[in-house]
Amino acid sequence: MLLSVNSMQKMLTIISNVLKGSASKNVARVVAARTYADFTAEATFDVKKCDTHRLDDAPPTKSVLTREDALKYYRTMQVIRRMELKADQLYKQKIIRGFCHLSDGQEACAVGIEAGIKPTDHLITAYRAHGYTYTRGVSVREILAELTGRRGGCAKGKGGSMHMYANNFYGGNGIVGAQVPLGAGVALACKYLDTDQVCATLYGDGAANQGQIFEAYNMASLWKLPCIFICENNKYAMGTSVERSSASTEYYKRGDFIPGLRVDGMDILCVKEATKYAADLCRAGKGPIVMELQTYRYHGHSMSDPGVSYRTREEIQEVRSKSDPISLLKDRMLANNMASVEELKEIDVQVRKEIEEAAQFATTDPEPPLEELCNHIFYNDAPLEVRGTLPWTKLKSIS
Amino acid sequence: MDEELERDERVFLLGEEVAQYDGAYKVSRGLWKKYGDKRIIDTPIAEMGFAGIAVGSAMAGLRPICEFMTFNFAMQAIDQIINSAAKTSYMSAGLQSVPIVFRGPNGHATGVAAQHSQCFAAWYGHCPGLKVLSPWSAEDAKGLLKAAIRDDNPVVFLENELLYGVAFEVSEEAQSKDFVVPIGKAKVERQGTLITLVSHSRYVGHCLDAAAVLAEEGIECEVINLRSIRPLDMETIESSVAKTNHLVTVEGGWPQFGVGAEICARIMEGPALNYLDAPVIRVTGVDIPMPYAKILEEHSVPQIRDIITAVRKALNI
Repeated sequence: MLLSVNSMQKMLTIISNVLKGSASKNVARVVAARTYADFTAEATFDVKKCDTHRLDDAPPTKSVLTREDALKYYRTMQVIRRMELKADQLYKQKIIRGFCHLSDGQEACAVGIEAGIKPTDHLITAYRAHGYTYTRGVSVREILAELTGRRGGCAKGKGGSMHMYANNFYGGNGIVGAQVPLGAGVALACKYLDTDQVCATLYGDGAANQGQIFEAYNMASLWKLPCIFICENNKYAMGTSVERSSASTEYYKRGDFIPGLRVDGMDILCVKEATKYAADLCRAGKGPIVMELQTYRYHGHSMSDPGVSYRTREEIQEVRSKSDPISLLKDRMLANNMASVEELKEIDVQVRKEIEEAAQFATTDPEPPLEELCNHIFYNDAPLEVRGTLPWTKLKSIS
Repeated sequence: MDEELERDERVFLLGEEVAQYDGAYKVSRGLWKKYGDKRIIDTPIAEMGFAGIAVGSAMAGLRPICEFMTFNFAMQAIDQIINSAAKTSYMSAGLQSVPIVFRGPNGHATGVAAQHSQCFAAWYGHCPGLKVLSPWSAEDAKGLLKAAIRDDNPVVFLENELLYGVAFEVSEEAQSKDFVVPIGKAKVERQGTLITLVSHSRYVGHCLDAAAVLAEEGIECEVINLRSIRPLDMETIESSVAKTNHLVTVEGGWPQFGVGAEICARIMEGPALNYLDAPVIRVTGVDIPMPYAKILEEHSVPQIRDIITAVRKALNI
C-alpha cells in the first residue's frame, strides 16, 4: 500500500512540475499544482516489537504518523540537538560553568515520551534534563540563559543546568535516584486528586541500582499509582558500563512484580507508541509500569568527560551512522514523500537561527542582581533577614 | 492534625503504623477510622522512599504530613528532606513550592540506647530552606503544628516521646480550631530578674523546675521556651539578657556545634554582649553516644541539679 501511494505521488509531482512549466504564462492553474497534494498526509510505519515483562499484550508494532506531526517531531529533535551542541560550544568557551550533561543522541526519548503523554500529565527526570525542559514548554532562550547563569534564565540563574522547572515538570534533579520517589509522589497526588493524569518518572541505567527506586516500585505497586517508571538506558553510567554495574541489565524486568517494556529508544515512533500504551495502562488504574528505553548519548557523561576512555570512537560512530534518531525520522519522511529535502533544510536553517538568537541572549543578558541573592528561600512567606558572610551584614529575603 | 485534616482536603498523613495501629506513639489515634485509607496512609519500612513520595506529592499540590517513627530513622531520608524539599524553592527561583511537614519524636527517651536517642535540632537547624520547630507544652504542640501544616514551606517538627504523656493546662483560646502559634517567636514561660534560662522541648520543663527551686532562695529566673529552632528568636533572648545580664542555655543534644553554641555565637555578635556580666553557660547532653544502663543514661543528659549549678556559677553564688 505504501509503494502505490508513493509512486502515485511521484507521478503527480512530475505532472504538476510539467504543468507548472508550461502554464507559466497562463493565469488559470490546474488542480495538480497545489502543494498539499505533493506530500503524503499520513503514513503507517513498522516499529520494533517491544520486549515485555508480565504483560499479555504489547504496544502496537505499527505507528501512524501524520505529516504535521512528523515535521513537528523533526523540528523538536533538531532544536534539542542544536541546543545541546550550542551548550557544548558555550561550555568550551567557559561561558557555561559547573555541570553540563548533554543528551544529544537521546532526542527520540524526550520527544517520543512527550508525544505519548498529554501536556496535563507530569514528568520528572534527573540532571540530563535540557531536552525535557524544552519539550515540557520552556524556550531555548530561557534554557540557555539558565545555563549561562543570567537573570533571564528559567530559574533566574539560581538553579543552573540541573535545576530547571516548568508547569508539570519537576526538574532537573541533582541527586541520582532521588527523583524516582518524587515522581511516585507526583503520581500519588494525581490519584489522590482524582485526575486521570500520569507521571513519567525518568532515571538512568546508573540510577537503576538505587535502593530508593525499589522502595518506590514497592509503594507504587501497592497503592496502584499512575506512575510510568522510565529507565533511559544509554549503556553507561558515567564511565561504568551496564555490564560492570548491574547484576541484571534487563532494566525493564527490575520492577519484578511490576510489568515492563523494553523499547527502542532511538526510534521516536517506538517510544511514542510504548509511552501511549504505558500511559493508557496507568490511566486505567492498572499502574505502575516500567519502561526501558534503549538509547545512546554521543557526548561523555558531562562536559568534563571526553567519553572515550570507557567506550570506543568506533562504537559512537556506528550509532551515529546507523541509529541516529533524527536521521531515522528524516529517512522515513523522505522515503514516504512526507516532506522534501528543501523543506527539511529550511527547518534546519530556522532552528539554527533560533538557537543562535537564544545563545546571543544567553551571552548578553546580565547576571542576576545581587539583591536577588537571598530571595526565594521560602515560598509565599513574609520577608526575612538573612545573615551575610559577616555578622553585621543583614541581607533581605523575599519570596 | 484532626482539625487540619478536616479544614483542608489536600492535607494527608503518611508514615509507619500511623493508620491501623493508631500511631506508634498513638499520636494519630482515631484518624484512620475517621478519614480512611486515602488520607491516613500506612507505609512500608522505607523512609527514603516514602519521604520522597511525600515530597513529590507536595510538589504536585498536596499538603502531606510525613511522620518518622523517630527522627533517628529520618537519617535514611535526610537527602529528600534537605535536597529535595528544603532547597527547591530557592533552586527554582520560587517556581516550585514544597508545603510539607516532617514530624516525629526527636532526642532521647529512656532505655532506648544510642541509635534511638539522637537529637537532630542542630542538624536541621543548620539548613536554609527549612523551618524547624521544637514544641514543649501542649499549647506549643497544637499551635505550632497547625502553623506548620498551614505553612507553604518544608517544616521539620521535632516532638518528644517523653512529653507525649505529660498533661498541660490549655487556655480557652488554645482550644479553638484556628489557634495557631507564630513560627519564629520564642515564649517567655516565666518572668525573672536575675538570670535568663533558654531551652527547647523537654528541657523547658527542667528549667522551670530549677527556677522553682531557686525561687525559694530569692533567685528569680526568666525561662524562655524557644519553640522555634529555625528561625531562632534572638530578639526575645537579647531583650531578656539586657534585663538579667546572665544567660544559661539548656538542651538535650550534644554540645559541639549545637543549639546552645549557636546562641552563644549570636549573643556575642549582637547588642546583648554588652549586657552580660558573665560568660554564657551551656548545659548540654554529654558528648557520647547514649548508653543503655539506667544510671549511665541518667548521667548522660542534663539534670535539674545541673541547671541549678550552672545558675549559681553564672551568678557566682
